[in-house]
This record gives sequence, structure tokens and C-alpha cells, in this order.
Amino acid sequence: MSKVRGAVVIDTEACKGCNLCVVACPTDVLKLHEHVNLKGYNPAYPANHDACTGCKICALVCPDMCFTVYQYKPEKSA
Amino acid sequence: MKEAILMKGNEAMAEAAIRAGADAYFGYPITPQSEVIEYLMHEEPQKRTGMVVLQAESELAAINMVYGAGACGKRVMTSSSSPGISLKSEGISYMAGSEIPCLIVNVMRGGPGLGTIQPGQSDYFQATKGGGHGDYRLIVLAPSTVQEMADFVDLSFKLAFKYRNPAMILSDGAIGQMMEKVYLPEQKERLSNEKIIELYGDWATTGKTANRERNIITSLDLKPERQEIHNIHLQEKYKMIEENETRYEEIRCEDAEYIMVAFGTSARLCQKVIQLGREKGLKLGLLRPITLWPFPKKPITDYAEKVKGFLSVEMNAGQMVEDILLAVEGKAPVEHYGRMGGMIASPSEILQALEEKLISNN
Amino acid sequence: MTTSVLTPEEIIKKGKVVFKKTKLINDVPLSYCPGCGHGVAHRILMEVVEEMGIWEDTIGVAPVGCSVLAYDFMNIDMQQAAHGRAPAVATGIKRVYPEKYVFTYQGDGDLAAIGTAETIHACNRGENIVIIFINNGIYGMTGGQMAPTTLEGMRSSTSPYGRMVQTMGYPIKITEMVAMLPGVAYATRQAVHEAKYVRKAKNAIKKAFENQRDKKGTSIIEIVSNCNSGWKLSPVEANKWLDENMLDYFPLGDIKK
Repeated sequence: MSKVRGAVVIDTEACKGCNLCVVACPTDVLKLHEHVNLKGYNPAYPANHDACTGCKICALVCPDMCFTVYQYKPEKSA
Repeated sequence: MKEAILMKGNEAMAEAAIRAGADAYFGYPITPQSEVIEYLMHEEPQKRTGMVVLQAESELAAINMVYGAGACGKRVMTSSSSPGISLKSEGISYMAGSEIPCLIVNVMRGGPGLGTIQPGQSDYFQATKGGGHGDYRLIVLAPSTVQEMADFVDLSFKLAFKYRNPAMILSDGAIGQMMEKVYLPEQKERLSNEKIIELYGDWATTGKTANRERNIITSLDLKPERQEIHNIHLQEKYKMIEENETRYEEIRCEDAEYIMVAFGTSARLCQKVIQLGREKGLKLGLLRPITLWPFPKKPITDYAEKVKGFLSVEMNAGQMVEDILLAVEGKAPVEHYGRMGGMIASPSEILQALEEKLISNN
Repeated sequence: MTTSVLTPEEIIKKGKVVFKKTKLINDVPLSYCPGCGHGVAHRILMEVVEEMGIWEDTIGVAPVGCSVLAYDFMNIDMQQAAHGRAPAVATGIKRVYPEKYVFTYQGDGDLAAIGTAETIHACNRGENIVIIFINNGIYGMTGGQMAPTTLEGMRSSTSPYGRMVQTMGYPIKITEMVAMLPGVAYATRQAVHEAKYVRKAKNAIKKAFENQRDKKGTSIIEIVSNCNSGWKLSPVEANKWLDENMLDYFPLGDIKK
């Protein structure tokens, strides 16, 4: 089967740990880290990265533009 | 060849603005200067030179339109009278802080409050010492003829752009309303964006092109260290303007024992006072500040060593007299004579005041 | 048939970028509170300017309020206006540069209280500009005071017992007010607290800039947004509160198109 896969890169120093992406992600990829960044926020990270589909919803709701989103669509085979 | 025309001060100024190549005028009607916008609307400078004329919904809106267009590097002006300038003072402070060149005209009437629609000079403090908040200065020119109403438009734009600072023509209802012979300047072309950048530098919001950083026009800096640096820069600029741009006229000061200091309409009256006084054997002279800021401090300081006294003649309760006192440094008596509330003194009553305040006391 | 499972690192290497920050947003930290809607609104505004290829011809006007520093974040020429005067400033720019794109970005206190006259008259003249109006029902920057759009009964630092309409007046629906003016080409109310709304809001902003290009008149995009600090809620709770309370009084959708 060919399944669309995704991945995110998060600018953890720009992240303010608002949690909006965590709540918005439809496949529960994201969590807030238990450690803090330099500003003292708990940044988001892809705790369940394999479930990512690259749907961009996290990036759309992120107020601090922390996300870069990648998507990979395997060639369809017969 | 220049042709002499009979024109109202307000109208001569409006025509001079078109001829100076102004890009835009934004205003709101108020007596006694509504002829400025009426004349411009009637003349349709959009067709003559492409100059924009817009009647705003308020003085607040008008001055902020000047802010927006002026920050684009354009030659922009507005005009109003005393109560309207109070409303514009917020925007004027913002423009001084953001270093936006522009021309603001105040055709003064008597105050405070709604006051009167008759002429006054009681906005001297407002024009020269602030009006709006913060440490800033306007370049203030005071015309005393209709000819100067016209001539100071182009001069104001030149100074405003040279120093990236708002300039003000501080006139009054008498000069705005009176008709007098005037030689109008030749028509100048409006400057292209390329020419503006060539002449004055690439600071304005003209659209961020790939070859430069973005241009930001703001008076805000939340970092006090940087805001102080900006303030120091402004003060250095003001010092340079004081050194280079002070303008004044002397009439019969060379042998004068008593010097009247007056601007605008008051200066016209004082010319007659000189004549009346000299007929009685009193050696009177007039020192007429053309720039109220920067104030012609030095010539007054110099004359303070030579004369028996100064009379400040103003249509107010005594405002410019404070600057004269600072210039004289206690070396000679300084008195003030003024009428208020829209009243204009007669030359004979000024002469009488001078004799009573300065001569009989000597 | 099976394919070998790719690691996220391999996806990043082999896959294509489907989202990255627009180049018209500067690489500086945004000054807004965690979860604040301003960041999303800034981003979709600059994405539209980038996608239309008009950044060299766009001049923005920042307000007084939390977004007073919008010019720090947007990589275009910008001016900062006095409180409420952005539509007058934009008028000045547009009149001397009729071919440039001009927008204001204003909050509710700026646009609907102190700047009401400038807003209404710019709209009434049909100034060919775009007005982005962020409505979060509160004065954020000064610390959570009552705004003209604060809901009835809503608490703020100057309505600590809730907005009492008998003495404090009603929340103002200024977008509906200006929509009735013939100079207004497009008036719409949008939101940015969920992905589906973000997409719609961006389309609305695009339409507004297209209107400006086509010289149709004023376009005003109200964005109902949050203020979790001022509302004293977490970002997630604030968006929930917005959804459940703000949208009844400020319903989303086009008011005039």
C-alpha cells in the first residue's frame, strides 16, 4: 500500500509552548517537551513522528511560524 | 517676466504651493484660512501638475494624511488656524519624532479655546516650544506680507527636506485675509521618485526593492538606550538648524536707541511706529524675526549692549518677549505691549506704550 | 506488497516542502504572547503579499496596540501610525501612490474606538486600501482593559464586574456599520483559531488585495481573535472561549461582497 507520510521540523527556540499545534494535530503527533527552551517555554516536538501525514494543520495554527512541513508520497505500484 | 498680481495672502500661498511643485495638500476648513483649500479645489491642481488636494474629515485625519504621504518622500502640506493646529499637534509631534518633512501653515486667530476668528499671535509658544508632546522643534517662518506668504512655501519645503523636519508658516488672520501685490514664483516641476531619492536620500517608504533594506517610518523605540540616541540625533539636528537657518530683518536699527521686536502683522504696525517716533525725534528701530524658531538670539544679544531698551510687540499676552529676555541677558530693559482676543493695536498706541514703558522710566 | 518504512529524517530528505515560513516574515522572535492570533494573521497577510508578487509595491501601516511593532516582523516598507489614525495615514500614502498596495493592520481599540472617525471616513471615501482589523474584545497592550468590542458581561480590568451595557454601552459591530457605506467593496469577518478558519481568512485577504488591484474600493477584513493573557485563560482555553462566546455576537462570514 502507498501511504502519504509527513515530517515536521520545529524551531524549538521560536516555540512558546502554546500547545495549539498539539491540540490541532489530527494524528496526535505532537507533544510539549518536558524540558524548556532558552526562553523558558516547553516547546512542541514530534513525539509520535511516524504518524505524521504532512497535513500542515500544525503550521497553519502556529502563531510563531515554527514549523517546516515535509511530505513524501511513494510512487504508486501496480 | 514676473507679473504683479493682487491676491489674498491665503490664496497667494495656495497658488505658490502648486507652483512649488507640491505633491499633495490635505486640509479641513477653518476660519480665517479656508481660502487655501477653496482656492486649491477651484484651481484643480491635479490637472495642472498632478498635485493631490483632499478635504479630510477632521484636522486629525488631515495631519495624519500628511504623515502618510510625507513619509513617502513627497512634498506635502496642510493648513489650519489655531484650534485646528491644537488638534494637529499630536500628528506634528509624531512627524517630528519620525523626521518627516512637511509644511504646516497656521493662520492664527485669537484664543484660547474657540476664541475668535479675528487675527492673533497667541500660538507663538505652541509653534516654537512644542504644542505637541516630547522634545522637538519645528522650523517656524513668520511672513509679514502677502509676498512672503507666497515665498515661504518653497523655502519651507526646502528647509523641511534639507533637515527632514516639519516646517511651519506661522501667519495670522490679517495677512491671510488681506489683499496685496504679489509676484508669484515660476512653476516648478513635481519631483519624480528617482529625483527625490537622488536629492534627499533613500529613507522614505517607496516600496522595498531588492537593492535595499526595508524603510520603516516610526517615532517608537521601546529600548530607552536607542530612544535616547534618537533624541540626541534630533537635538544635534536642531543645533545645526539654529546655526544655519536663523533669519531676520532689521529696519532702522543702526542708530536706534529703542528697538521694537515684532513679527507678522505686528511688524507691519511697528514700521509705522518707527516713522511716528522718528518724527518726534525718537530713534526707533525694528528687529523682525523671520524665523521664530530658530529665534534670532544673537543680533538681539548684540544690540542689548547698545540700546536703551526693547519693546516686544505681539498680538498676545507676552510670549516672544520671553525669548527676547533670554537673549538680552539682563543687559537692557525689555517690555511687552500686546492686544489680545483678535484686537489689533494702532501704531500710535504702540508708540505711547513704548514711551510710557521704556522712556519715562529711564 | 510492502515498502520499507521511512524514518522522519528520510522523509525530510526525500520529500517535498509543503510548508515553510514566508520570506516576508523576518527571522526575529514575535513579541506576542504564546498562542496569540496576531502571529497567524501576520503570516497569512504576508503570504498573500508574497504569493501575489507585490512586496516591492506594498506599504503597510502599523497601529498602536500589541501590533505596534508589526513593522519589525514584516519585511516590507512600513509606517507606524498614531493611535487610531492608520486609515488617514494609509489615505495619504494611497493618494500619492495610487499604484501601490496599501494596507492597515489595526486592533479593536485602535480601529473601533479612538480611530472610529478615520475608519468610517476612509471607508466612506472608498479609499482603495485593505484594512485588517483584529478584534479580540480587549485592549491587550495596556493590560486588558475594556475595548469597544468587549462582550456584554465580559470581564476586563476596567469592567471588573463584567461589561454593563447600561453604563458602558454595547459591543460595537463596526464591520457591519462600514459595510453599509457605498465606498466599501468587501467587508468580511474571519477567524484564525483553527486551520479551517485560517484557510478561509487567507482567501479573504487575497480577495481584498485583488480588490485593491482592481480599484474596487475599501476592503475590510475583521479577524476575530484571542487574547489569552487579557482573558486570563490558557491559549487552548482562550480559543475554546472564543469559539463558544465571541462568534455568537460576531458571526463569521462575508457581510458584503
